[in-house]
Amino acid sequence: MSKIKLVSDGLVKNNPTFVLLLGMCPTLATTTSAINGMSMGLATLFVLVLSNMAISAIAPVVPDKVHIPVYIVVIATFVTLLQFLMQAYTPEMYETLGLFIPLIVVNCIVLGRAEAFANKHGVVDSALDGIGVGLGFTCSLTVLGLVREILGSGSAFGYNFIGGADGMLAFVMAPGAFLCLGYLMVLFNKYLKKN
Amino acid sequence: MAAKSSLTNMVAVLGLTCLVCSALLGGAYALTKEPIQAAAAQKTNNAIAQVLPHFTETEYNEQEQYYIAKDGDNLVGYAIISSVMGFGGELKLLVGITTDGVVYNTAVLSHSETPGLGAKCTTDAKFMDQWRGFDPSIKELAVRKDGGDVDAITASTITSRAYTQAVANALAMFALLNEMEAPDAVSGASVIKNEEGGQDNE
Repeated sequence: MSKIKLVSDGLVKNNPTFVLLLGMCPTLATTTSAINGMSMGLATLFVLVLSNMAISAIAPVVPDKVHIPVYIVVIATFVTLLQFLMQAYTPEMYETLGLFIPLIVVNCIVLGRAEAFANKHGVVDSALDGIGVGLGFTCSLTVLGLVREILGSGSAFGYNFIGGADGMLAFVMAPGAFLCLGYLMVLFNKYLKKN
Repeated sequence: MAAKSSLTNMVAVLGLTCLVCSALLGGAYALTKEPIQAAAAQKTNNAIAQVLPHFTETEYNEQEQYYIAKDGDNLVGYAIISSVMGFGGELKLLVGITTDGVVYNTAVLSHSETPGLGAKCTTDAKFMDQWRGFDPSIKELAVRKDGGDVDAITASTITSRAYTQAVANALAMFALLNEMEAPDAVSGASVIKNEEGGQDNE
């Protein structure tokens, strides 16, 4: 498998949000704005790349019966590391994403890639797969956040273009998240995935 | 692929993984401890600076949850943390009150109000500005709907009421603090003290 294909697969063919439908909880909850969605995506990308690399490196010596606990410990370590770093250097972002940072531990994308890819492939391939899937997640969340922000608050990346008027509030709240996600999924699968 | 499981290698691998991971986390914790504390301190300081005039040092009273701000030896005022139930959950404010009993400014520390409605208590300029220099001896501390002088946020009366209540609680707290520091400073405040003292004794 070519190296580029490993990355592009994660972006389109195996897009975690629109195709694999993994990690729906942070997807719906953190995409109230484009910036929030993007930060959540990048945080997951960070964990995904590191955990994929670590797990592919240790996979040959991990006994089959304890592989899940070992993987979870590795993933939880990286998530906690990320948590420390965010608290120290981006405290505001940490506050916005709040609970969803520690919840990356149980994000199915991370364990899913460890199980489905990293434990069968080399360190470099696994890192590329992590980058691909992580970028796929980041892009999906940014797009979803952008659509919801434009419709719901009338701004894009924090830049307000409708003055003092209100947006369609439903899109900032949970029902709008489901609606936007559904329609984006349809568009994605109809046009992008076919090529 | 995965190695064959036996008791020894399972224990060894799990134990080793945990050991390496905890060592890593311990190191990371030690390295980030100071920046994390600095960031938290910076945040509180910014919030206090927002609700009180110039000060040089603050003192935190953990039990009653307020900050005393001083400029050199002069008391500038109190920044009181006041939390009430809003529409969607806890609404936590920092209320800055200068020594003359006037609200200098207020800031929202955390809230879970509805986005676009109650959450406007952090963005609505008209609502927020009315707290700047709010003098409870001139103005009635209640939303207009309840016969007071506080302009509520449109369509968010419950949030506005909660906000008003939080400010009222902070002012009550200020009255208590004030008489502890200087019993004769506020006439009439001593009445409250007597009542409260009586209740405590019973």
